[in-house]
Amino acid sequence: MSRIPLVLAGVGLLAAVAACDGQKQDTAGAAGGPIAVEAADDACKVSATTANAGTVTFEIANKGTKVTEFYLYAEGDRIMGEVENIAPGLNRRLIVEVPEAGKYQTACKPGMVGTGIRGDFAVTGGAQRQSDANAKLAEATKGYAAYIANQTTALVEQTQKFVDAVKARNVDDAKSRYANTRVYYERIEPVAEKFGDLDPQIDAREADVESGQRFTGFHRLEKDLWVSGLQSDSGQIADKLMTDVRTLVEKSKTLQLSAVDLANGAKGLLDEVATRKITGEEETFSHTDLSDFQANVDGSKAAIAALRPVVQERDPALLTTLDKEFANVDGLLAKQRQGDVFKLYTALSQEQIKEFASAVDSLGEPLSKVAEVVSK
Amino acid sequence: MTVSRRRVLGMTGAGVALAGAGVAAGVGIDRFGQDAPARAATDLVGFHGEHQAGIVTPTQENLHFAALDVTTKDRAKLVKLLRTWTDAARRMTAGQEVTPGGAVSGAAAAPPGDTGEALDLPASSLTLTIGFGPSLFDGRFGLAGKRPAALVDLPVFPKDKLDPARSGGDLCIQACANDPQVAVHAVRNLVRLGFGVTEVRWSQLGFGRSSSTSRTQVTPRNLFGFKDGTNNVKAEDDGLLRDQVWARAEDGQPWMAGGSYLVARRIRMHIETWDRETLQGQEQIIGRTKGTGAPLGQAKEFDQVDLHVRGEGGVPTVAEDAHIRLASSETLNGAKILRRGYNFVDGSDGVGHLEAGLFFIAFNRDPRKQFIPMQNALSSKDAMMEYVQHTGSAIFAVPPGVREGGYWGDGLF
Repeated sequence: MSRIPLVLAGVGLLAAVAACDGQKQDTAGAAGGPIAVEAADDACKVSATTANAGTVTFEIANKGTKVTEFYLYAEGDRIMGEVENIAPGLNRRLIVEVPEAGKYQTACKPGMVGTGIRGDFAVTGGAQRQSDANAKLAEATKGYAAYIANQTTALVEQTQKFVDAVKARNVDDAKSRYANTRVYYERIEPVAEKFGDLDPQIDAREADVESGQRFTGFHRLEKDLWVSGLQSDSGQIADKLMTDVRTLVEKSKTLQLSAVDLANGAKGLLDEVATRKITGEEETFSHTDLSDFQANVDGSKAAIAALRPVVQERDPALLTTLDKEFANVDGLLAKQRQGDVFKLYTALSQEQIKEFASAVDSLGEPLSKVAEVVSK
Repeated sequence: MTVSRRRVLGMTGAGVALAGAGVAAGVGIDRFGQDAPARAATDLVGFHGEHQAGIVTPTQENLHFAALDVTTKDRAKLVKLLRTWTDAARRMTAGQEVTPGGAVSGAAAAPPGDTGEALDLPASSLTLTIGFGPSLFDGRFGLAGKRPAALVDLPVFPKDKLDPARSGGDLCIQACANDPQVAVHAVRNLVRLGFGVTEVRWSQLGFGRSSSTSRTQVTPRNLFGFKDGTNNVKAEDDGLLRDQVWARAEDGQPWMAGGSYLVARRIRMHIETWDRETLQGQEQIIGRTKGTGAPLGQAKEFDQVDLHVRGEGGVPTVAEDAHIRLASSETLNGAKILRRGYNFVDGSDGVGHLEAGLFFIAFNRDPRKQFIPMQNALSSKDAMMEYVQHTGSAIFAVPPGVREGGYWGDGLF
């Protein structure tokens, strides 16, 4: 995050601050109104040291000469909420959700350094800590983790073979391996997207690349293989792809996914299909979109399979619908196979594309309801 | 569209005052007949003034925007058309026919001088705003030396999917009115007057203004269902308008003093996949709550956005890739823009989805310092980009307002 001192942030902010003058800040949340905090260079006066569980609002006024921060900590210095960068003379607000009763601490940090000027803060009432020892959910995430491990192992192996073919400048071999290598990536795309910077380096389409940034990854090699011919730096790009894929796979091992993550991932894969594959935008040089399409659907199905026992228990009708719609999409895809490869996307008629779009919408809609079912 | 859910403008008077001279004395309302002059007078926006109307005028409900190309190489013909257009715009914004009696009182053997579909309709706060695109300054009309430095060709932004048939243009006409028929009538008649000199390159209808440009207006919602324009530059922000919207003589081209730069982007929204996003997910992508429009971490719509608040575990309350963080003047060195966008639904896309989105219009003093850095940040980092795609793009230099007896762009020609 950019840390521009407020005074330098220019017109926008000055105007904003001016706009706050004379506007009475009203009470937010708690019945007693906001808790006033007077922060100074050597003091942190909090007007109330207890609150009921729920939404707690602090109104911090920096009366000191240093830029300050205000924190609410739970035990063990776990941050419940904080507001940074409070310039001298400013009023800022912090609204914190504190669901559980217990001992907390407030802190002002003049100069934004150190452990701050602490004060005890007690929260009463409130909810019992939820026991989320739902064995079925834990089982689901474990099962999906095994699927991810399986796919990433194959991804590394296949990427290596693809990269070797590119570096040996064996164009035909590389082209024949391209779509099948991407399958393993497309199946786990929601996991890949958790690592913000890696996904674009591996999978950005040419149109996504920012000016001044290098076009790298699968689609750069796709363009070389199908359109512009191998370039002098294709080998370098291939090496980088291999390195990025390995990094991604290493990182994915540490990923802690929740059941809701699985459900959102399953839905996200279908969104991918709806906005990228149905339009033929993903594989714009090789037109191997249908192979990606199938992989997205496979990945989505795997996530739902892991959640199956939970959904079966909580909303069996939804599961029946999902099974039917998955089968429908798979059936349409199967029609476009020729042996072990898919037809090129450009070979599809507008009528067939519309049929796919409709099937994807019919599946995407019930898929979007799974997250709520597993988060109950 | 249900009109009942929208609050009709409470203070159109503000618009009149802002737009400069207001209603010219002695103008007869001949299109609207005799029965309701009072009603007609309240929805007139003055045409003349220091700035063109249709920029800080409280945003009307409907838009018809047209980009045109000049088909003649004859400069005199173009200037003559600008005069003709200005006269027609003066009349139509005053609730009159294009020519006196033009719709039904002309010669029976001649085509009517006014197309007629706005007969009996009041002015409906019609404003007409003109702009000149970069391509007008290519040398055909001896204007190469007059091209303002700020009128740059927009760069290609990441994830753009621009359709050339929805981009660019030598000229633009922005017609805004509280009645779609009035806006369409205005554009249709100006296009008609231009045949032989100009032709339509592309055009866009918009409804349900998706920004407010005055504190007298309720913040409307875009097709994502979110309030849009809470933090917009407003007509009442004199200082901001001076610094961020109006061009000045010392900016480089004296003819642009009091003008502005209009950026138009046709933004297709993938509303079907958006509607499958969870409520919490939608709110995190935007950075506001859907109900009240309050910035995350705050209580009410107009509470100041605070980008320095963190929640449990020190996670930013307004996410790093949230739309309002990336578009915030705080992260853009103080840059702001005046937005004046509209929703659109242009039928359907042929594969079972609505061709829906936001027709984004922004006015700024220097796109190089305002719109372009903002859009670069959004196109590359905004979580919302998963749900939107920019399909059309154009930029225009909007000349200053017209004086009595003057014409659109007279300072340039």
